[in-house]
Amino acid sequence: MELIVQGIIKAFELIISFDPEVMGITWLSLKISGTATFISLFIGVSIGTLVALSNFPGKRLVISLINTGMGLPPVVVGLFVTIMIWRSGPLGFLEILYTPYAMIIAQAIIATPIVMGISLASIQNLPPNLRLQILSLGASRLQMVWVLIKESKLPLLAAVMAGFGGVISEVGASIMVGGNIKGYSRVLTTATVMETGKGNFDVAIALGIILLILAFIVNLLLTQIQQRQHPR
Amino acid sequence: MNILTIQNLIVRRSGVTVLDVSELNVEQGRILALIGPNGAGKSTLLLTMAGLLKLNQGKIYYRGMPVDSSVSRSHMRRSACVVFQEPLLLNTSVYKNVALGLKFRHLSNAEIKKNVEDALDYFGISALSARSAKTLSGGEAKRVSLARAFALKPQLLLLDEAFNSLDPPTKEKLIDDLRHILEETKITAVLALHDREETLRLAQDVTVMAGGKMVQSGTTARIFNEPKSEFVANFVGTETILEGTVQSSNAGLMEISVAGKIIEAVGDFLPGQNVYGCLRPENITVSPAMPGKISARNVFEAKIQKIVRQSFFYKVFLDCGFILVAYITVSSCEELGMCEGSTVAVSFKATAVHVIWRERRGTDISAQRPVQV
Repeated sequence: MELIVQGIIKAFELIISFDPEVMGITWLSLKISGTATFISLFIGVSIGTLVALSNFPGKRLVISLINTGMGLPPVVVGLFVTIMIWRSGPLGFLEILYTPYAMIIAQAIIATPIVMGISLASIQNLPPNLRLQILSLGASRLQMVWVLIKESKLPLLAAVMAGFGGVISEVGASIMVGGNIKGYSRVLTTATVMETGKGNFDVAIALGIILLILAFIVNLLLTQIQQRQHPR
Repeated sequence: MNILTIQNLIVRRSGVTVLDVSELNVEQGRILALIGPNGAGKSTLLLTMAGLLKLNQGKIYYRGMPVDSSVSRSHMRRSACVVFQEPLLLNTSVYKNVALGLKFRHLSNAEIKKNVEDALDYFGISALSARSAKTLSGGEAKRVSLARAFALKPQLLLLDEAFNSLDPPTKEKLIDDLRHILEETKITAVLALHDREETLRLAQDVTVMAGGKMVQSGTTARIFNEPKSEFVANFVGTETILEGTVQSSNAGLMEISVAGKIIEAVGDFLPGQNVYGCLRPENITVSPAMPGKISARNVFEAKIQKIVRQSFFYKVFLDCGFILVAYITVSSCEELGMCEGSTVAVSFKATAVHVIWRERRGTDISAQRPVQV
């Protein structure tokens, strides 16, 4: 019990004193996961919308694959990315193993199916005749798609939250492809794992609390936006 | 001039033919109603007219020009506008909803503002302009979706079941307003309807549809007064449809035997031919006793079989060997002291009987309901 109390006290000290190392780790986490979410937003929304709006044989299979992807185990993604960018792997020439770039790629792969699945479902949830109505009002295909995406902005915000929440708290892939290099590829989750392993519970708790606060702030912001969209 | 012509159109959905129209013309400046039961293909036909559906076969001409390329199709899509059954408003303000189609056309903000305000004004919803579309009542939302289409000043307006799911007063008001607006703007309109009263109040021309096919086309008066088949007669509300056989035919006046009685009707079918005699309830006169002198050719004694209260009148089922259905106002029903079982005289003119050819039993489209009692 004392261990926890001491840990929490130390944690707040680290946070309040803006400990440079802790802040650096936090900032890097935000940068990597933010970029990965941003990339997944582009790929996920466009492919999700495309799949939702087109009819082709095997569409159901594709949708099940996307839905399966929403629960992609990070370690499997880590393994896959590691193999791809391993020195002798197909993308080895990029020489990005154990860099933040590799982490962004891995996290984007984890977040993309989440964003894709949610945007697909939200576009499919719109009334089926809405597309035809928009086209009949004179929209080009592109204008129609844009209106549909705007119309489902609330579920799309949920997709961003889910995607970001998924990658900021993910540890398996980050540690495998990032290597947890101090000051370079060490993020909140990988640092927490390491500090816990070393028995530095105070630092680990501090990092854990920061991770929680971070996730809370991001979700609070997005929820604010989402709730504002609701009619009075 | 025809604004739209459809020829030999076939639309299939997952292998099933849902629409098979040999020829349909929409005349410039007129209001055409597509009527028919659910699943008749009215909505599909509307979507086709709007250029929103892939044709499996057939041709569409818009103002005499074939619609066969993506350019001509998008031109047609910009000239014709569909308003769907459900309002399909976007989750934003009423103003932005009505401005949507104008935005797609990249009009200037000033032009958009003017068109939107005009359209809102037409439908009497200027006050709703700033409201969020999600807070509107069903009737208001319907008006907004109509205003959104009218703001585009379309050449051809296609309305799918515009008055469904509205409560009666809201519906009445909207039908009146829409009729005025259509008269004023002279926009050519095609309306899919399934209510004969709406059809009578709005349409100049009618096309009756069943099972994806056109059953009869013509002016509203013609369709309602001279239905070509039992199916159409039933659908347009001819309450009495009698099965009979022509006994004699002389100079346009026929004697038709119906259930052992003879009725006289106008027409030139040959003796021995099987026919339907269709009678609209408003053409049947009911009086307390047999009249002495009357110009009507057909006078029968009848027993009142059943009286059903409708909104402002009674629907009376009269048994004179065959069943006739007449409408009687509530006051005259009371004055004449009519009740079920009492005997009255019924009369109708020979010209009131619309005679249509009857194929052998069961081969006519939907020969389900000769007379309902």
